[in-house]
Amino acid sequence: MIQANSHDDSAHGSHDHGEHHAPPAQFAVRVLRQDAPGAPSYWERHTITRENDMNVISVLQRIAAQSETADGDKTTPVAWDCNCLEEVCGACTMLVNGKTRQACSALVDKLLAENPEEIELRPMSKFPVVRDLMVNRSRLFRALQKVQAWIPVDGYYDMGSGPRVSPANQEQAYPLSECMSCGCCLEACPQFTKIELKKQEGETDEAFKAREQAAFDRGFVGAHAISQVMLFNNHPTGAMNAPARLEALMAEGGIQDCGNAQNCVAVCPKKIPLTTSIGRAGRATTVHAIKKFFDR
Amino acid sequence: MHMAKERVLIVGGGLAGLAAAMQLAEQGIPVDLMSLTPVKRSHSVCAQGGINSVNDLTRQQGDNEWLHFDDTVYGGDFLQHQPPVKEMTEWGPKIINLMDRLGVPFNRTPEGYRDQRRFGGTLFKRTAFAGATTGQQLLYALDEQVRRWETTGMIKKYEFWDFLGPILDDDGTCRGAVAQDLVTMEIKAFPADAVVVATGGCGLIFGRSTMSMACTGSAVSRCYRAGAKYGNGEFIQVHPTAIPGADKLRLMSESARGEGGRVWVPRKPQDPRDPLTIPEAERYYFLEERYPKYKNLVPRDIATREIFSICTEDGLSVEKDRLCVYLDLTHLPMASLNKLGGILDIYEKFQGVDPRKVPMKIFPAVHYSMGGLWVDYEKSATGGLKLGSYKNQVTNIPGLYAIGECDYQYHGANRLGANSLLSCIFSGLVVAPTVQTWIGMQKGKLAADQPVSLYEGAKKRHQAEHDALLKRPGGGENPYLIHQELGNVMTKAATVVRHNNVLRDAYATVQTLEARASRCSLSDTGNWTNQNVVFTKALVDMFAIAKCILKGALLRDECRGAHYKPEFAMPGIDASAAPAERRRLAEEWVDRFEASTKKWLRSTIATLSANGEPTISYEDVDTSLITPRPRLYGLVGADVIEEVWNERQKAKAAAAKEASNGTNGTNGTHTEKTGGALSSAS
Repeated sequence: MIQANSHDDSAHGSHDHGEHHAPPAQFAVRVLRQDAPGAPSYWERHTITRENDMNVISVLQRIAAQSETADGDKTTPVAWDCNCLEEVCGACTMLVNGKTRQACSALVDKLLAENPEEIELRPMSKFPVVRDLMVNRSRLFRALQKVQAWIPVDGYYDMGSGPRVSPANQEQAYPLSECMSCGCCLEACPQFTKIELKKQEGETDEAFKAREQAAFDRGFVGAHAISQVMLFNNHPTGAMNAPARLEALMAEGGIQDCGNAQNCVAVCPKKIPLTTSIGRAGRATTVHAIKKFFDR
Repeated sequence: MHMAKERVLIVGGGLAGLAAAMQLAEQGIPVDLMSLTPVKRSHSVCAQGGINSVNDLTRQQGDNEWLHFDDTVYGGDFLQHQPPVKEMTEWGPKIINLMDRLGVPFNRTPEGYRDQRRFGGTLFKRTAFAGATTGQQLLYALDEQVRRWETTGMIKKYEFWDFLGPILDDDGTCRGAVAQDLVTMEIKAFPADAVVVATGGCGLIFGRSTMSMACTGSAVSRCYRAGAKYGNGEFIQVHPTAIPGADKLRLMSESARGEGGRVWVPRKPQDPRDPLTIPEAERYYFLEERYPKYKNLVPRDIATREIFSICTEDGLSVEKDRLCVYLDLTHLPMASLNKLGGILDIYEKFQGVDPRKVPMKIFPAVHYSMGGLWVDYEKSATGGLKLGSYKNQVTNIPGLYAIGECDYQYHGANRLGANSLLSCIFSGLVVAPTVQTWIGMQKGKLAADQPVSLYEGAKKRHQAEHDALLKRPGGGENPYLIHQELGNVMTKAATVVRHNNVLRDAYATVQTLEARASRCSLSDTGNWTNQNVVFTKALVDMFAIAKCILKGALLRDECRGAHYKPEFAMPGIDASAAPAERRRLAEEWVDRFEASTKKWLRSTIATLSANGEPTISYEDVDTSLITPRPRLYGLVGADVIEEVWNERQKAKAAAAKEASNGTNGTNGTHTEKTGGALSSAS
């Protein structure tokens, strides 16, 4: 707010988040750190002074500013990924007290109400750690390429408006289109396992990338990508390329790898009906396979 | 068409950068697309309410492109060159159609057409929307197209890369850029035949704002420090409705009011009652009472000032210790609330209160930079843009282009809600043919023709700077604390209300902070994913832009759009005064308005001097299409001002007609010229 400065929390007043305990003046944070890919991980403890309206992002900001552990040892800022801080960009996914979620919407007072002892931060476990809480999620975007998650328009010249769409269709599409590629559904999925390749001696960047993408393509695409297939296959123009997207889902690492654990839908921060999408995609691929069989 | 030698570097992958990338790819020009974050996580996702354009419905209610243009320049207090704005509003319908074809899930009417809502600064329902996450949905559609081109090899992404600065040849033409990999910390030169900067706003200069963490303004500052001009820096939009947080201030979209939300405070200061039990008569709907025509949808600068003054001057803040007013949606039908789901979830998630049942508590927050890199344009015969001219969107450094929020071009002194998504996509699409023309003019001087030493030298300079920063002795200043101090001083001095003495002090403080920042030591001196050094570099770059903002504000002794100095304010006229007195006051008011227009209707242009301080000059604004007029928005008591103004305009027009009759009538003025009569629009 305009009148308040970063340190003057009195200007914010206090918010009643529904808890009636007195929040502590200070709290402990335990961070699982890792200096580089493949390096060993280690725990580091920090003590943070509580302020109003704090979330895990502001905790990490304080850790960076303090540059000292709870034991008074000098330390480097914890590396983490973030951008919008309002849970629409998907960047700051991590494990907060063991749960996969965005750090920005993880409010400190709520976390302390659940566990007054400490807040625990760990990187996602299904993606290679780059450093500390920062992981490499390029596999997630590769999956969107694999399933051709786009409308293949003729071009960008003015061709008039798009197809008319019923409100019912829009209401079905919009929630699927809110997927921010955060990776929560993949972290929670038992069938989605970590793929971490190392660049080999003498391997060019291009060769490494090609090898990595091939490995990604063999791994499970995950709920987010399956849901995107349903989004585009239900769009009047996107439907024209529905078979190609279904083929991608029927290839290695496709929908058949889904074990129906339903963890994905439980952890999705946008409450996207991922299992509904998976169910629909399952039926669509079956129909597609039968159709292909008879069209031979 | 496609010559393999050419290559364009786009810096920034929000709406503007992505639109430019996909359009260039379609034109057969390969693109390197660089971004601090994966482009899908760009700040455009935070745009909520919608995107403006004339549409089939408003057209039948008397709307047209010209009125959208008029609303935009009136909303911007006439401080933007009119040709690019005219062109943008004419492209509006085409852009919405394109986004529709790309699959954006716009809300639909029962018949399957795109639904529209009303936004601030207009009386028409011009705003197409996808729930309350329109920016996210538009960005995703472009992100998907760019991914499609990525699979063909036409676009190569460099995500998690930091732009360190343009590379200029001996003639001062941009031939590429230097950038740093944020993971490996490798510094690399990118030869390019044009560099397009699309890096958004600079909200982080104010500490906390509604902007994302990538919006440091550092890329723009690096262009400015390389010689690019910075325009209208002092024009910072403070959004009327945001919610507090320790890390950022979260936007509550104008669409909340567009769907019928009402802003009010209890008439009794700090009334302790549950707001829902306060009867209508004891509520002060101050925007509705003061602006009966536009009500809660006055432009943002006006709504912000009213909310600010109701709290600070009238003492009517809802809470005593924390300034805030109610933004009330509790009376809205479920159908309207459903269209706002995205923002209501944000409020509920971060405040722990359901805004469907309890009025939200909100207060203004820094939101958008109207100012930015100065860019050129070429005017067409019909008063719009000459498409494909190499001049459109080019900075004063040839070959260096700026688009989106980081240019100064489209919004003047105040941006209307739902116009930013339009200007971002528009400038992105328009820059593509521009760049193609420019490349066509570079035969023999393409990046591929430049000596390797040009790139090696630039890379070495940046590497040396980086290494020096890492080797700083310990025990120096803490960059994070300096950033907090910078945010505090900028927020205090250069937001809603500005005073010259405060601005002067702030400038001195910023200079001190800048000196201290040069003595920062790093807590991380490693060369792997070192966010500490990246942040410190961005901090150092904030000062140059902070000084442009402060100096521009200090020197501009008037009120215009978002720039408000009480000392030079021109309030409305007391409606209770006697008619003759009111008339006299109105005459005086219009005299002052005309004098102020003559003196200050100029863009502020900052250039970096050798001593590191900005030199300010002024540039005339092209107002050839719509004559600037008093910006009153039907304020109660201001009708007499309109009366006087309209009479004077009529007299001027008559005199001009007389004169042109005498000279055999070659009339050079544009036929659509509206003559500036008040209330003629909308």
